[in-house]
Amino acid sequence: MKKKHIITRRTAIISGLSTIGAVLLNGCTKPAPPTYGNILRMGDLFTYEAQRALLDKRALSKEYNQGDISSFPATGSINPADSSKPGFNKDYELLHKNLFSTYQLSIEGSVARPGLYSIDALQKFKSRTQITRHTCEEGWTAIAEWTGVPLGLLLQHAGIMPNARFVNFYGYDNYMESIDMIDAFHPQTILAYGMNGKNLPIQHGAPLRARVETQIGYKSVKYLKRIVISDHFIDTGDSGWAWYVGI
Amino acid sequence: MSIDRSTFSIPFLNIMFNNAANQFKTYHSTWVKVSHWVGTLAFILLLFTGIEILMVHPRLYWGNTGNDLTPALFELPISRNFQHGGWEKSQSFFNQPNSPVSASRTYDIFNQNGWGRSLHFLSAWVLVIIGIFYLVVALFSGHIKNQLLPKLNELTFATFSKEIKEHLRLTIVYLKGPQYGLMQKISYLMVIFFLLPTIALTGITMSPAVTASHPYLLQLFFGAQSARTIHFFAAVLLLLFVLIHVLMIVKSGFKKQMNGMLFNK
Repeated sequence: MKKKHIITRRTAIISGLSTIGAVLLNGCTKPAPPTYGNILRMGDLFTYEAQRALLDKRALSKEYNQGDISSFPATGSINPADSSKPGFNKDYELLHKNLFSTYQLSIEGSVARPGLYSIDALQKFKSRTQITRHTCEEGWTAIAEWTGVPLGLLLQHAGIMPNARFVNFYGYDNYMESIDMIDAFHPQTILAYGMNGKNLPIQHGAPLRARVETQIGYKSVKYLKRIVISDHFIDTGDSGWAWYVGI
Repeated sequence: MSIDRSTFSIPFLNIMFNNAANQFKTYHSTWVKVSHWVGTLAFILLLFTGIEILMVHPRLYWGNTGNDLTPALFELPISRNFQHGGWEKSQSFFNQPNSPVSASRTYDIFNQNGWGRSLHFLSAWVLVIIGIFYLVVALFSGHIKNQLLPKLNELTFATFSKEIKEHLRLTIVYLKGPQYGLMQKISYLMVIFFLLPTIALTGITMSPAVTASHPYLLQLFFGAQSARTIHFFAAVLLLLFVLIHVLMIVKSGFKKQMNGMLFNK
């Protein structure tokens, strides 16, 4: 028989104090991106902490109407199948040849069920369509309609572990970016396979790209190959660019 | 027997607020000097990095969207990115006339935003923090009421015309410390209560995380690109203010003014 649980004043105080202690301790050991002793990275970290403390973490970015869809430059790597372009990748060239029919996204790391997902498999999940504004660090903006699977849904399906802290995106164009769990589980963070009612075009990241609507464009990795869930910050060195770009 | 009142004052507050209520003060308070110079440093860094950021995309727009494939309000000839035109043949998103298009670059643009953006935001934090410190002390010490708000008897046509003439002739009368002229008071109040809040708010209206939480900012400034354009014009006005400010300092006695803002002379 289950022991009856009585909350006395003493146990309440003790458990209350230990909870506060655990929260404080957790606050101190919370994984944060490294600053490399660089004052600019320290400023970025301050912006990250301030935005996380002051802003509503679940608030949705403004969604627009069909008529607001605008022209949209394709920048960064624009075709990893083109050997003359930066970000060329032989594996992607092969995928491109058979029209992505053999494409599989790998989800690995701190998940109970690592696995491979074809576009067909991803399209079986409940999809989300959103018309949002893309903000490029260069200064321009563009509005497009994106259709895809919410990243949070996929992470739950893969059995994300409680120790997970970062989601790392790896693109076929050899580009890598990571986001924290707050952005990963944001309702508008999706893996998009559709753009403006059609399949995602090559120059915008076919067959699958990330859309992180609460951050600047360079977090929305194109040509997704692998998603690695990690319990620590995967440090690839100071790129000279801010890791957190909610601003 | 008389008691020396200063025995009971708190030394720190004494330094901070000494005779702040006295409108005929002849020297600047320490907190004014500290916020002035920290703010100056932040402004220089913000201006420098702001120009760098603008050089990467020297086109300005109105509304929520704007990019190289949409028309600009105007374009500034301030980097090799100006009218670069290096775009591949565009592709339509929809099978209809006037469909929005996509195209990719054939041109390697100037872009130093890695450090530019991070230094811009770091300096913005410095300006915001020193700005809030200044505002709080200025409001509670009576600095705004006593030194910055024009007195009723000052607001006359005669004072206006006299000061405008003086400014146009560049014959600025040197006044000690925070004994400001009418034009000076009005321009300082405009900078503190209008230009700086506008540039800070339009700045964060360009942030995707901030506008998700505070969508009314997008309405207030007519969209993300409008906010960027207003941010640019606010910066131009602030720069104009700084240039005139420095000119007035030079014309009214550079050495005396610098001594006043650095030391208590």
